[in-house]
Amino acid sequence: MCLAIPGKVILTTEHTAEVDLMGNRRKVNIDLVADEVKPGDYLLIHAGYAIEKVDEEIALETLALFEEALEKSDY
Amino acid sequence: MTIKAQSAKLIADIKAMATEPFKLMEVCGSHTVAIAKSGIRELLPPNIRLVSGPGCPVCVTDNSDIDRFLSLAQQPGLIIATFGDMIRVPGTVTNLQNIRAGGADVRVVYSTLDALEIARQNPEKQVVFLGIGFETTIPTVAVSVEIAARENLSNYSVLAMHKLVPPVLEVLVMDPELGIDAFINPGHVCSVLGTEPFEFIAKQYGKPSVIAGFEPLDILQTIWMLLKQRTEGRSEVEIEYTRVVKTAGNPKAREYMDKYFTVVDARWRGIGVIPQSGLKLRPEYSQFDAEAKFTLPQPVETNIPGCQCGDILKGRLLPPDCALFGKACTPLQPIGPCMVSSEGSCAAFYRYRGRSYNA
Ligand code: SF4
Repeated sequence: MCLAIPGKVILTTEHTAEVDLMGNRRKVNIDLVADEVKPGDYLLIHAGYAIEKVDEEIALETLALFEEALEKSDY
Repeated sequence: MTIKAQSAKLIADIKAMATEPFKLMEVCGSHTVAIAKSGIRELLPPNIRLVSGPGCPVCVTDNSDIDRFLSLAQQPGLIIATFGDMIRVPGTVTNLQNIRAGGADVRVVYSTLDALEIARQNPEKQVVFLGIGFETTIPTVAVSVEIAARENLSNYSVLAMHKLVPPVLEVLVMDPELGIDAFINPGHVCSVLGTEPFEFIAKQYGKPSVIAGFEPLDILQTIWMLLKQRTEGRSEVEIEYTRVVKTAGNPKAREYMDKYFTVVDARWRGIGVIPQSGLKLRPEYSQFDAEAKFTLPQPVETNIPGCQCGDILKGRLLPPDCALFGKACTPLQPIGPCMVSSEGSCAAFYRYRGRSYNA
């Protein structure tokens, strides 16, 4: 229930951002993120809210881990 | 190095370091699932015991709270919005699913934002969001109250049954009978709280803890870090999940929690009342507090006969130790919440039991 996954910001408005969340476009609330959110940023999304901004490199690493883990589900 | 090679190396190192018994508790339902699914338990040397703690917010919700929202759900003119995990959780006599089949308006939402949307679209009805969750989720509920206030959505309210992780950890770390040597701390809860609220585990109780991510590799790395602390005679709060968790956590999310909620005593299933371990809406926001808006029955303590969820949540028993596990109690016919929630220990064990039964 506390799981969160990274999504890439496509565009932002005052309180929300549209993100690409593993291939799906979703609108999320960004009020909990202290830093400015811009297109291209990566956000960690939990239950429709961005709870943290993460580095691009780190986000890609996390997504790669998700993907590798998915591929090797015989792990 | 591939994931497989990295895990093989970690497992070899863990085996070399596991010279004495070491009992670890993970305190996040997502860790419980990751551990059961990956079969990590059986890859570890027998000296290392992994037990699950009270890390599933649904499972720690007391029967009395469940009975209260079931009663609320049956009031006319009301829509209950809830995360999906709650739908089949049994109260004393029924669950939300049955009540819905009987005509109550119960809707599963993915986010409080969806609950707000239901409120906007149904101005003639009252929408109550069931506030279940730990520090990861609570800030999102706080923002929903802010949005409702901003938009004057007078038909939106929250039934707050939120719980805080550090106070329950203190209860567990203090219990000598449980004998837990080290903790795997919940990654996303810590992304909000940071390390400070977990320092007492090391400072007061001299036990190592590591904030962990959710991939099997994260968990192996965490176990390795915990063993390393023990080997070196250290006890600290370390972060394995550095790609997300900062030492300071997310101060803005904590501000939101503090602005809308206040700390109260809360009853945890199978554990009892823990002082200052829950959050209720502040009186200033009582128009968004379902408890203030509606008449709810007084909580009545009840037990589910035979269900050992309480001992499982404390890491005293593993699910197969319950006589009902896999027999009377299965995910299709769950008796206790630990079998209903996908992150409950019993459900995780049942689903992947081929690998985890001998733990
Ligand atoms: S197996 Fe069922 S009855 Fe037994 S502890 Fe788990 S949820 Fe409760």
